[in-house]
Amino acid sequence: MLDSTPAELDTGAAPLLRTVGLTKRYGSFLANEAIDIDVWPMQIHALLGENGAGKSTLVKAIYGLIQPSEGEMRWQGEKMVLSGPSEARSRGIGMVFQHFSLFDNLTVAENVALGLDGKESFKDMSARLEQVSRVYGLPLDPKREVWQLSVGERQRIEIVRALMQNPKFLILDEPTAVLTPQEADQLFVVLNRLKAEGRAILYISHKLEEVKRLCDTATILRGGRKVSTCNPKAETAASLARMMVGGEIKEVRAPANRRTTIPRLVVNDLSLEPDDPHSVRLRNISFELKGGEILGIAGVAGNGQDELFAALSGERLAQDPSTIVIDGHAAGHLSITQRRKLGAAFVPEERLGHGTVPRMKLSENALLTGHAASGMVLHGFVNTAATLKTVDRATETFDVRKAKRDPEAASLSGGNLQKFIVGREILRNPMVLVVSQPTWGVDAGAAAVIRQALLDLAAAGAALLVTSQDLDELAEITDRIAVMFHGHLSEPLPTADASREKLGLLMGGSTLGQKEAAHAVGA
Amino acid sequence: MQLVLEKRAERSNTIALISPLIAIGLTLVTMSILFAILGKNPISALGVYFIDPLTDSYSLQEIAVKATPLVMIAIGLSLCYLANAWNIGAEGQFLVGAVAGSWLAVKTQGTDAGPWVLPAMMLLAAIGGALYALIPAICKVRFGASEILTSLMLVYVADLLLDYLVRGPWRDPKGFNFPTTAEFDPVAAVPVLIEGGRLHLGGVIALVVVAAVAVLLGKTIKGFEIRVVGAAPRAARFGGFNSNQLILLTFAISGALAGLAGIIEVAGPVGHLQPGISPGYGFTAIIVAFLGRLNPVGILIAGLFLALTFIGGEQAQIAMKIPLDVTKVFQGILLFYVLACDSLILYRFKLIFASPKVSSGAH
Ligand SMILES: Nc1ncnc2c1ncn2[C@@H]1O[C@H](COP(=O)(O)OP(=O)(O)OP(=O)(O)O)[C@@H](O)[C@H]1O
Ligand SMILES: [Mg+2]
Repeated sequence: MLDSTPAELDTGAAPLLRTVGLTKRYGSFLANEAIDIDVWPMQIHALLGENGAGKSTLVKAIYGLIQPSEGEMRWQGEKMVLSGPSEARSRGIGMVFQHFSLFDNLTVAENVALGLDGKESFKDMSARLEQVSRVYGLPLDPKREVWQLSVGERQRIEIVRALMQNPKFLILDEPTAVLTPQEADQLFVVLNRLKAEGRAILYISHKLEEVKRLCDTATILRGGRKVSTCNPKAETAASLARMMVGGEIKEVRAPANRRTTIPRLVVNDLSLEPDDPHSVRLRNISFELKGGEILGIAGVAGNGQDELFAALSGERLAQDPSTIVIDGHAAGHLSITQRRKLGAAFVPEERLGHGTVPRMKLSENALLTGHAASGMVLHGFVNTAATLKTVDRATETFDVRKAKRDPEAASLSGGNLQKFIVGREILRNPMVLVVSQPTWGVDAGAAAVIRQALLDLAAAGAALLVTSQDLDELAEITDRIAVMFHGHLSEPLPTADASREKLGLLMGGSTLGQKEAAHAVGA
Repeated sequence: MQLVLEKRAERSNTIALISPLIAIGLTLVTMSILFAILGKNPISALGVYFIDPLTDSYSLQEIAVKATPLVMIAIGLSLCYLANAWNIGAEGQFLVGAVAGSWLAVKTQGTDAGPWVLPAMMLLAAIGGALYALIPAICKVRFGASEILTSLMLVYVADLLLDYLVRGPWRDPKGFNFPTTAEFDPVAAVPVLIEGGRLHLGGVIALVVVAAVAVLLGKTIKGFEIRVVGAAPRAARFGGFNSNQLILLTFAISGALAGLAGIIEVAGPVGHLQPGISPGYGFTAIIVAFLGRLNPVGILIAGLFLALTFIGGEQAQIAMKIPLDVTKVFQGILLFYVLACDSLILYRFKLIFASPKVSSGAH
């Protein structure tokens, strides 16, 4: 096989990657329109834009996952047409997706082996895996099974897998959306090191402060077009956001006349055994949530938040009906449909496959949770007009951007699908709303819209339980914050008293007072 | 050089539509080779198989008669498969339905029972088929037993039950010791549509079933639940849809339709209960269901096509001395290609000429 071509040697002269007039059409809808960007070696290049601006579409084209409709890509100055991701990888383009593609029951090494194109032996590959993870300070135990790992560790697998191909160009699509602040800091160290080694990084994020800290250049997309390229360090988060939106972002304001009313969601000493070896046991969870109130739940992912959601929603039933009381009705034994009929609504963390059926239309996904009430079903027959109306109302109220009136859920950009899901539930005027990660991967403007809607719902008398990794979000909208650790929920703190330090201690498993300390030891 | 299967980024809707046609095309090519090996002229053999039956009224009617059980069974199976429940035992449910309905025909034989007999037989057959299908469904829901194995094994039980009945208690005393019941009374027989023809009321019932299931799937909440449970189990639980209940329901409907098809076959074209009433309708219907893309109208078309292969096979046996088993080979090859082509909806073939050099180590 030939060694490096001449073009590979003078990488300084031409950008590593250049797109010229890159356009991607879905039907008559332009997801990307004539985009020109240059990415140079030793550069961390941010790609910014609102939900649906076309960021993922652009990087998918660069990674060979979709074919551009028009325009071209140049790799080290030469025209490049990719037949698929394996060709992109062989040229030195790596990608870390927002949604991991890992098998829970396989080990780290097995997962990495499945994702590599090479033909080396499993033993050599494992050795190389250990070496790469050590060199980059991304510790991984090749023999551990994935289900035992935290989200941050799982992402590490994806990053190490990409690095094992020794890429010249690495794409990261919203890598920090799921990370704790500490995990994100670790990631930035690695990215800076990759940059110092002469590699190029294309970095998608909605967290503008982070972009200012990390990135050298930012390209901003709006409505599928490039609106500008700038130096993020010379901008403010607000000015970046303005460029993305093309206007000012509304401030989230708590309605003034919010009053708490009767208890709407009460949990009494809820304990639940894990139903599979990968889940967490819930231990003696109790809290009371009044109408008009927003309770936040913080904590490192995987400490029982998913299990609590399943118990509250009725996806898993509690033994004792009185452990969960919705609007005065013992509900621990009721199905999710019956709980919805009592006025509860739920927004799970996973959008595709849990909150929606990816391959079904939005109207059908409106029916998924709306069938219990709201006149969508008459004598067993689906009232299609009513389901479409929900789609239209959610679209209008939450500015859901999509290519046509009623597309498949999977074709929406991540943030827009989230707006639809939250909108679908809020439009039912629930009295109790349990929501997980309401603004994961949602752009600043849309996040403000969603948070405002949550506050308005509370002002209208509903009780809200919000689980979030984002402490700033919790600080912005909640009245009280409790922390989950090892299936145990701490006593809620008033949000005004919940400093980052206090929450950080609780998230690490420490307790604040003597009395609780004794309890935690016993637990 | 290397041929690899690569996952497509987007699901190809074009391929989803034409994949059954590609499968049929590939099957025809393979069959031609097979005919050539058997020493027959492929063109004339295919002509006898697929063209000749379409040219006379007798064969056309016969195609409709054969398609009737195939379509009814496949429609039921499609509901199971959409819900991710793998009912492989429709053949057994077909036989049990035939037995349950025949019971009434045998009991009322020679009495002057009124025209209620046939509808009652159909009802009994549907109930019998449904109950029989519920056995594997309950085993799955209760004990986690694989419904693929249990439903398949119950086919042989049903086969032996039928065999026992027609050789023992229900045997026609005047039947020269042949294992068969007496010919059913006229009130217990499915009427033909045209005097002297083969087309019978069952064909109309099959069309009604197609329409009813199309409405069920497209317009009702139950149909929606079935589709969601199969497409995204976790979202189904979030929607409040009980997957166990839907497994029971789809198995019951599918068993009932297979049972109904069974009695229609016995009380219609055959006229009495005997072993060998089905040339494997319950299995061929699996092919029909997939070839029809689990879609009611698709299944109607696929059912007619598979019926054509039965009739063509018979004619080829008579005209060209091609063994009847070739029809089964044909159907097997077709199912193989249908499933293979379906993977092209999500994957594509790619030729790699030189494997890319993977540099080892970070540097
Ligand atoms: N397969 C598809 N078919 C039709 N439209 C699509 C398809 N994929 C994406 N789109 C549309 O293209 C637009 C851009 O989507 P893209 O996923 O690139 O957005 P994004 O900038 O990554 O947004 P987010 O921040 O929400 O992830 C969206 O409006 C989306 O609805
Ligand atoms: Mg995206």
